[in-house]
Amino acid sequence: MALFEAQHLHKRFGDRVVLEEINLSFEAGQLSGIMGPNGAGKTTCFNVLTGRYKPDRGKVLFDGQDITGMTPRAIARKGISRSFQIMNLFDDFSVIENVLIAVPQVRDRGFNMTRRVAADVAAMDKAAVVLEQVGLQDKAYENAGSLPYGDRRALEIGVALATEPRLLFLDEPTSGLGIDATARLSELILELKHAYTIVIIEHDMKFLFGLADNIAVIHWGQVITRGTPDELRANKWVQSSNLGKLA
Amino acid sequence: MNNNTGFGAWITRPMLITFAILVSLPFWIDSVGLYQYLGVEIVIWMVYALGFNLLLGYTGLPSFGHGAYFGIGAYAFGLSQLHITESIWLGLICAILFAALGGAIVAAFLSHRRGIYYALLTIAFGQVFWFLSIKWHTVTGGEDGLLNIPRPDLNIGFASFSLSSNEALYYFVLALFVVVVIGLWRLVHSPYGTVIKAIKQNEMRTGFIGYNVWLYKWSVFTLSTALAGLAGGMFAMAQESAYPDVMSLHASGFIVMMVLIGGGMVSFWGPVIGAAVYFLARDLLGSATETWLLWYGLMFMAMVMFKPEGIAGAWQGFIKRGDASTDGDKKPVTR
Repeated sequence: MALFEAQHLHKRFGDRVVLEEINLSFEAGQLSGIMGPNGAGKTTCFNVLTGRYKPDRGKVLFDGQDITGMTPRAIARKGISRSFQIMNLFDDFSVIENVLIAVPQVRDRGFNMTRRVAADVAAMDKAAVVLEQVGLQDKAYENAGSLPYGDRRALEIGVALATEPRLLFLDEPTSGLGIDATARLSELILELKHAYTIVIIEHDMKFLFGLADNIAVIHWGQVITRGTPDELRANKWVQSSNLGKLA
Repeated sequence: MNNNTGFGAWITRPMLITFAILVSLPFWIDSVGLYQYLGVEIVIWMVYALGFNLLLGYTGLPSFGHGAYFGIGAYAFGLSQLHITESIWLGLICAILFAALGGAIVAAFLSHRRGIYYALLTIAFGQVFWFLSIKWHTVTGGEDGLLNIPRPDLNIGFASFSLSSNEALYYFVLALFVVVVIGLWRLVHSPYGTVIKAIKQNEMRTGFIGYNVWLYKWSVFTLSTALAGLAGGMFAMAQESAYPDVMSLHASGFIVMMVLIGGGMVSFWGPVIGAAVYFLARDLLGSATETWLLWYGLMFMAMVMFKPEGIAGAWQGFIKRGDASTDGDKKPVTR
């Protein structure tokens, strides 16, 4: 059975139907992609899957359990973590503090008012491991707000990783990155690929085709087709659309 | 390193300097032309401002109705002395508990709001309590307030002290101030402190990494009102009376101004500085002109326009410039 499944999701804002009928499933250990043109409903889909919006109809299942309509907090605590397309960091914190606060041991002691944060060696070690994973170990004590853009993208993923997710959603991780930075990000995600179950939303097709095990194409609020990158390259609809030319 | 000496230590150097200045205050305050009771007032407001800054400076939640909880503390102290039994400890515990109870109820309505809606609701609830204090004559004494609240001796088990002199009163409120400072310093460097600082920066992400943002906002408001209650209780003890004026909107505004002028947004010590500056301005400017509030207000406006980080922020900038040549990553000791 799939680790994560979405069944018949429907979401409208006012009289605008954004998600018509979304059916998705993501297998454990795989890297899945969601692609589609701008305005196809990718980000809304992501927001429904991670609890930011409630779907009007349909079900979201994680590990066989119905998590439809749960708060982002409850979903995060189940082991689903996400990064954001629009940067969403703690800008006044140092890089390591950004990661540290997402570590579950720290979270579980959130109401402790007397312990020193820095005295928690196990949590600090965990944060250091995450920083190494995303390549920011040398910038641990720099202010997150003053990092260069590419590093902020990496930290965005680091914060999501620090929660020890069983499923990691990345929302347009290449957004705003140049060619070099995108290549570095590709390497980073390739390294994470086998350790985590990952779902990426992207419109950079080259990036996605190089990484994903399978891809779902969303258009007009529906899943139009899905398959491995090779299957999609052969797909007539994809070939005839702009998406195919880019891949 | 960010987390070097001073960070999260129980006692720090600025703390010792502050305590030393305040402990020596009764010995020199008369000779600089001020008077003993001023010290009592300043220290009480320092406690109030420190508690307020937990909410404003650390969690980024603006309350414009905090006078209500200060007032509840004052009335609770007075009523417990008048109607239950004369005991300083009972009075202060009642002050803390009733203010925190009021705060906890209000916070339940506030905590899923943010920004301007949060601020407006704090005003609305503040006005409710202020109105109650004026209209509920049988309990609060109406606009006159509670008068002739006794100030019993301080009993600490094996000994008992008279608090009738201003010096004795001063050292008692100073002792409570020391406890509050050490406790709050610890709190803001604890995991809890880190979470509230995270909420200030990015409430949504804090939720998405699994924190119950509502509960943190609720608890920090309640904590802050408990400290306002403690300060209010001490104020009623010092004034031997409790009256509605401290609960009014303009009184609630003063605490916001104190904290901002002092630099609460960037420093732990901002509220302490701000409270001292406010009372010194009141007495020094006030002795020169009746319109001292105008000048204080202008000072506030100048501060907001030119140095929004407040006095503590200006001081940090000054230190940083001096330090830049010697040790690049050393942070100002104040925070």
